[in-house]
Amino acid sequence: MKPAIELKDVSKVYRRYAYRRQFSTLKSALLRGSLASDFSPEETFSAVDKVSFQVTKGSAFGIVGRNGSGKSTMLKLIAGITKPTAGFLSVQGRISALIELGAGFHPEISGRENVFINGVMLGLTKREISRRFDEIVEFAELEDFIDAPVKTYSSGMYMRLGFAVAVHVDPDVLLVDEVLAVGDEGFSLKCIDKFSEYKRRGKTIVLVTHGLGMVERFCDEALWLDGGALRGIGDPRRVVHEYVNEIGKTEERVLALGDQKAQEAVGSTVSEDIEKNQERGENMVPREEPKDMFRAAEGRWGPGPVKIVKVLLEGDDGRRHVFQSGDRFVVRMRINSPEEVKDFVFGVSIFNSEGVCCYGTNTFIEEMQSTSLSGDGEVLFSIDRLDLVEGTYKLDVATHNRDGFQYDYHRLLYTFRVKSRTKDTGIYRPGHSWSFTPNIKFDSSKRS
Amino acid sequence: MLVNLRRLFRYRGLIQTLVARELKARYRGSVLGFFWSFANPLLLLLVYTFVFSVILPGFRGGDLEPYALFLFCGLLPWTWFSSALLESSNVLIANGNLIKKVMFPAEILPIVSVLSNMFHFFFAIPVLTLFLLFYGLNGQLPGTINFTELIWLPVVVMVQFLLTLGFGLILAALTVHFRDLKDLLGNLLTLWFFATPIIYPMSMLPSGGKFLMDLNPMAHLAISYQEILFYDGPFGHWKWLIVLAILAVGLTLLGYALFDRLRDSFAEEV
Repeated sequence: MKPAIELKDVSKVYRRYAYRRQFSTLKSALLRGSLASDFSPEETFSAVDKVSFQVTKGSAFGIVGRNGSGKSTMLKLIAGITKPTAGFLSVQGRISALIELGAGFHPEISGRENVFINGVMLGLTKREISRRFDEIVEFAELEDFIDAPVKTYSSGMYMRLGFAVAVHVDPDVLLVDEVLAVGDEGFSLKCIDKFSEYKRRGKTIVLVTHGLGMVERFCDEALWLDGGALRGIGDPRRVVHEYVNEIGKTEERVLALGDQKAQEAVGSTVSEDIEKNQERGENMVPREEPKDMFRAAEGRWGPGPVKIVKVLLEGDDGRRHVFQSGDRFVVRMRINSPEEVKDFVFGVSIFNSEGVCCYGTNTFIEEMQSTSLSGDGEVLFSIDRLDLVEGTYKLDVATHNRDGFQYDYHRLLYTFRVKSRTKDTGIYRPGHSWSFTPNIKFDSSKRS
Repeated sequence: MLVNLRRLFRYRGLIQTLVARELKARYRGSVLGFFWSFANPLLLLLVYTFVFSVILPGFRGGDLEPYALFLFCGLLPWTWFSSALLESSNVLIANGNLIKKVMFPAEILPIVSVLSNMFHFFFAIPVLTLFLLFYGLNGQLPGTINFTELIWLPVVVMVQFLLTLGFGLILAALTVHFRDLKDLLGNLLTLWFFATPIIYPMSMLPSGGKFLMDLNPMAHLAISYQEILFYDGPFGHWKWLIVLAILAVGLTLLGYALFDRLRDSFAEEV
C-alpha cells in the first residue's frame, strides 16, 4: 500500500534577511538593475534539512521538537502551503490542515456565513456544508451564537468554530499543529475523541505538539526534529524518552547557570576557595536577617563561624539539577568552621515554585545531639525516593545553633526540577497502586 | 499554468462565496447598509458635477449636456478599475494569514477584488439608468438611445474585466516583494485618471495629445462607454475595442504567468 505521506530528502531553505536587502526596494532594485539578483537568496538557513520519512495510511504520527526546530515548517510543507526547496514529497488524498484555526474568518459577518466560507475554502462544496452544518455548530457548542457576527465571539468560541469546521472537512490526511489547547477541558477531550474516530476510520493524522503525553498515548509513530534535522523516529515512547533526556540536559545547563547567578548575586560560594569565601561571607554580615525566613526572598545570612561553603545536588550518577520523580536525591553540603563549635544544627527545606514548603527538617528536630565540629567537613542529606510531583523546586540549607541563631542560612539559592511522566497534581506523590475487581476493565496496551 | 487554471475553475465556488462575502461585509454595520452601493456613485457624481459646473465651469467642452450623464459614463468604470487595482495591490498582504496557513490558490484573492468591484459597478448601473430615463423624458439627451449599441456594452465590460484582472494580478504579485508599489499606485492612478477622457471629452485634446491618448487603454474604454450611453449614432469605436480586447487577453495571461511564477514566494514574504 502506498504510504499516505512520503518525504525523501526534503529540505526547506529560507532566506535570511541581510542588511542590504532591507533597504532594497523597487526603486533601488530598478536603479541598480538588480531585480533578478534580489530574488536570489543571499544568506540562507535550513528550516528543514534533508528529512525523509513515511507515514502509513491510517496511522497517527507525532512530531516533537523544541521551538524553532522546524515542526511547523514541516507541517506547512506537507500541507502544500510552502514548497520544499529540494527533495521529493507526496501526499495521498485530501488534506486538512489545522495550522491556524479560523484563518479566513471575516469578523463582520455571522458565524453561519463564516462556516460556509471557511468550509468552501477548505475544499467542501456548499451542499456538503449544509449537510454537516448542524453537526459543526453542535460540535463547536455555539448553537446560540451562530448568527452573531464573528467579531463578537470570544477567542475560545472563535477557535472552537474554526476547529469544528476543519475537522468536519473529512480529510484523508489531517494535520494538527498545537491546537489542542483550544477551549476548556471538555472541548479538548472532544477533540481527542474526534481524532480517535478519525483513526478508526483509517484516516491519517499528523500531530505537532509539545504535549508529549499525547504523543505517547495517541500516536503510532513519532518523529523528533532538532534544528530542522531528523534526530529520531519510531516508537513514540522511545522517541519521546530520548527527546525528554535531551531536554533534561539543556535544562540542567539552564538551571545550573540560574543558580550560579543567584548565588553570585548574594555573594554566596561558587568557588571552592574557602579562604576567599570566608572573606566574602564576612562582608555580608551587616545585612539584616529577615524575621520570617520562610517568607523571605533568596539571600544568604549569618556571621558564622560555621559556613556552608558549597552545596551540590546529586543523583545516583553525580551532580544534576533535573530529577525524575522517584529518583534518589542527595544534598551535599561542604562546610567549614575555623574554630571549634559544640552547638550546631544542620537543616534542609524544599519549597515548590509557589513558595509552599514541601518538606523541612533539621538535625535538632530529629534529635541528634551535636558535640563537636571544626575545620572542613561534608554533610550529606539523602532522600531515597524523591516522590514529588512534576515542577521546579528550590532549596534552603542552613546551619544554626539550637536556639535558632543563624550561623549561615542559604535561602532559595539552589534550584532543581522534578520531571514526571504522570501529570498528577498536588505536592507529594505517596507510593500507591490501583486494583480493581475483574468486572472493571482498562485497556492495558497504552498504559506505561 | 494550465493545470493551475483548471484548478482555479474547481475553486469557482469559493470565488463566488468570497465575492458575496466581500459585498456583504463591506456595508455591514453602517446605517444605510447596502443602500451605499447606490448612494456612493450618486455622491461621487454630485461632487464632480459641482466642481465642473460651479467651480470650474469653463473647463468642459460646450457640447456636453447633460454634463452629469457624461461624467457618469466614464466615472463609474473608472471607479471599478482604480479601486480594484488598489485592492489587488494590497490583497495578498492583507490576507497573509490565509496564504500562510491555509492551502489556498492565492490568485483567487485578486480575482475576488476585481470581481467584487465589478459588482459595485453593476449596482451603480440602475442609478445610471435612472439618469438616462430622467434626461430622456425631459428630452435633454443628445441623441436617442440606440439598442443595437447597447449590445456592445457587455463586450466593453468584459474587456475591462480582463484588463483590470491583468493589471491586478501583476500588482498583487509584485507588491508582495516591493511594498512601495502600494503608495506609488495611488498617485499613479490619480495621474491616470486625469489622462483619461472622463471629465473632459476626447475632442478637447490637441492632436499631439490624441496620439498619447491612443496608447491609454482606459481612454478607449471610457470613450466606448460614452459612445454607447451618451453620444448618438452608431458605435464607432469598435475597432479599437477589438484591438484592446486582444491586448487585454494577452495582459491577463501575462499577469497570470507572472503571478504563477512568484506564487511560491508569497507564503514566505507576506
